[in-house]
Amino acid sequence: MPDEAIIEEPPAIETIPVKVDGREISVPKLTPDWQGKLVPTTVLQACKHAGIEIPHYCYHPKLPVAGNCRMCLVHVGMPGRPGPDGKPPMNEDGSLKIDPMVLPYERGTPKGVIGCATNLIPGMEIYASSPETKEMREAVLESLLINHPLDCTICDQAGECKLQEYSMEHGQAESQFAEQKVHKPKAVDLGPRIMLDAERCVLCTRCIRFSADIAGDDALGIVNRGSYSTIATFPGAPFDNNYTLNTADICPVGALTSKDFRFQMRVWFLKETNSLCTGCATGCNTVIGSRENKMYRQEPRENDAVNGPWMCDSGRLDYKWIASEKRLKEIRSQNSEARSWEAVIAEIGGKLEGVAAGSMAIIASARQTNEELYLLKKLADKFEAITDSVPRNGEGDHLLVNADKNPNSNGARLIGIAGETLGANLPAIAEGIESGTIKTLIVFGEDVTQHGISETLLEKMDLLIVSDIFPNATTAKAHYLLPGCAYAEKRGTFTNTKGQVQKFMKALDAPGNARAEWEFLHELVENVTGQNGFSTIEGLFNQMATEVDVFKAKELNWAALGDDGVTVEI
Amino acid sequence: MAIKVQRVKLSLWERLFIPTLWNGFKVTLGHFLSFKKSKVYAEKNKDNKFKATLSYPEELWTVPPGFRGAPYLVSDQDAATKCVSCQLCEFVCPPKAIRITPPGEDGEAAHREGAEKMPKEFEIDMLRCIFCGYCEEVCPEEAIYLAKDYYEGYDDEKMRRDYALTGSNREEMIFNKDKLLERGGTHHDRIKKWEKKTADAKAQETFPVGENPKAE
Repeated sequence: MPDEAIIEEPPAIETIPVKVDGREISVPKLTPDWQGKLVPTTVLQACKHAGIEIPHYCYHPKLPVAGNCRMCLVHVGMPGRPGPDGKPPMNEDGSLKIDPMVLPYERGTPKGVIGCATNLIPGMEIYASSPETKEMREAVLESLLINHPLDCTICDQAGECKLQEYSMEHGQAESQFAEQKVHKPKAVDLGPRIMLDAERCVLCTRCIRFSADIAGDDALGIVNRGSYSTIATFPGAPFDNNYTLNTADICPVGALTSKDFRFQMRVWFLKETNSLCTGCATGCNTVIGSRENKMYRQEPRENDAVNGPWMCDSGRLDYKWIASEKRLKEIRSQNSEARSWEAVIAEIGGKLEGVAAGSMAIIASARQTNEELYLLKKLADKFEAITDSVPRNGEGDHLLVNADKNPNSNGARLIGIAGETLGANLPAIAEGIESGTIKTLIVFGEDVTQHGISETLLEKMDLLIVSDIFPNATTAKAHYLLPGCAYAEKRGTFTNTKGQVQKFMKALDAPGNARAEWEFLHELVENVTGQNGFSTIEGLFNQMATEVDVFKAKELNWAALGDDGVTVEI
Repeated sequence: MAIKVQRVKLSLWERLFIPTLWNGFKVTLGHFLSFKKSKVYAEKNKDNKFKATLSYPEELWTVPPGFRGAPYLVSDQDAATKCVSCQLCEFVCPPKAIRITPPGEDGEAAHREGAEKMPKEFEIDMLRCIFCGYCEEVCPEEAIYLAKDYYEGYDDEKMRRDYALTGSNREEMIFNKDKLLERGGTHHDRIKKWEKKTADAKAQETFPVGENPKAE
């Protein structure tokens, strides 16, 4: 490094000292709020810096603060009011005098503040684990449970319910409430995807704030008063925007539940796998909940670079097709006896050897992973093949839904399968087949008969290799049909619309004889090109990262992707 | 630290094991010749002179209290299935013998209105079951019991002998919901919490008018 290089120091973060449970720490003075705007740090956030979790229901880092559940009550000590001299009361040794807060009219009783909405004051002491704080929590929890039906046995939230968790951690075993509980409406149909159980609700208003401030659909509100207060929609106006299921996620109790997941499986049985939504180019991070090879639900996974903690309903519910009976499960080959993967791959490899350079076309799908596209690109380079992908456009929205419905259009562009405009080469390929210059066609995951290459053209092919997961007009004409995997059944990476390279994991086993595309492609490419590839997805990705320029620029590797992914230049 | 075990030095006579064998035979012979009746069989084998044998299956064994038989589902006095498909037994079952299919969004309506759900299918693989009783212990609805024949209202015919679970193939030993409910019989539900909840809610139907239905 040259001597004159100026090392720029990051701007100093202004901190303030606070004492949490007697431990002196300094926390940033300002913290980004739900909109990313810097606002004074709160008591709850200071405790988080100290590694102490303050229980809370209504507070959510990505929602405006409401401060209505009272669960985050903590006992704090504050500097006293300044006297006539303008100076706060001091101790004898000259330090600031801190007094634990007490009720003004009952000086023997400690007074709590809500952690989520109380800004830090320099010198403040937070007694997060004191007996006073514990007693406050117990009282709040008991009050929240007064009208709770305690029907955990039939509640879908059981197992991931904050009422259950806090009752175990901070509650008391018995209730002093001897009167009759107020009963509220149960199993209320709020909209096409959401069910409300008003009795379980703790009125934290997270759902109301989400709908109004994040989804931009002010559909929910509280009606009635006192213990009869209930979440409700406007009469005759169903709660049906494209983000309703997020309210079921953020509902800390079992009041709002997903109809899709209602009474399907208890949450403690679900195996969680990090995955990605393939509904559009946004690439929302998800967690797949599966049990014994059956997928039960898909929930958003927080990634501030992509989707925050949210995802759209249409993407979330777009998984039923994975378990469809119509899935392709067996290898099919015309005029050949080969039925096993080894035999078919070897046979295809043999046939490809006789293919002349320039007489091949590859139509890949922008729904395929970077690794698969990279392997297809290698094949294309070897035979000087003309390649392209298929565009898939729809409507976008203001929040997460992208107009590009392919999850990996950018991957196809970066790896060189497709140009800036996806599908620009398709007419040329059709023409090539028509004129007889293209004799071999490889199609992955697309029905090309819908995109200008008719069935009569497909019949003219000398060799037509197709891989897909559902039967269609193209697979019907295939000489070799290779059953592939849905995204939940394999591993790989996608490059989203902003250039975020993210990986997803395998949650399910593929049906029948189907196999992950990158596995058999890797074998095929190795047979044909004679190159020695990697037989693991990690190795394959790392190899790709050294050969694709933009990935190389970021020095990507599988491990460095982490759970959130890395942004590359697009 | 390892403990050194000091072995007792046996004499030659002891090492022949003849006295030990003789002591064993004495016990067997004592039982064989005994005419005293056992308390365990007191009711069932009144006519049986020997206490050590039982003319099974004509005479049946009276299981002692605390005996853990096969787990069966029970119905309440209104013949309603008590199980609400919470799947805690499935979770706690050490050999994973229990398999519950939840009802799903549009399953059959529960027998009791307030309970909202009921298992679509409930299977116990009796070959896997180790009769540990965890399912009975964990059940929040008191819907599954390890069969015992000492409680009130026990029907000998209905219950069958759960200590004599037999079948001619593996499939037969997987008991489904209907079979489990039939064998489980009826357990009187004293609290009837779901009915109570529904009744309370109905009494408050005037909601949200703030009058307490109880204050008359």
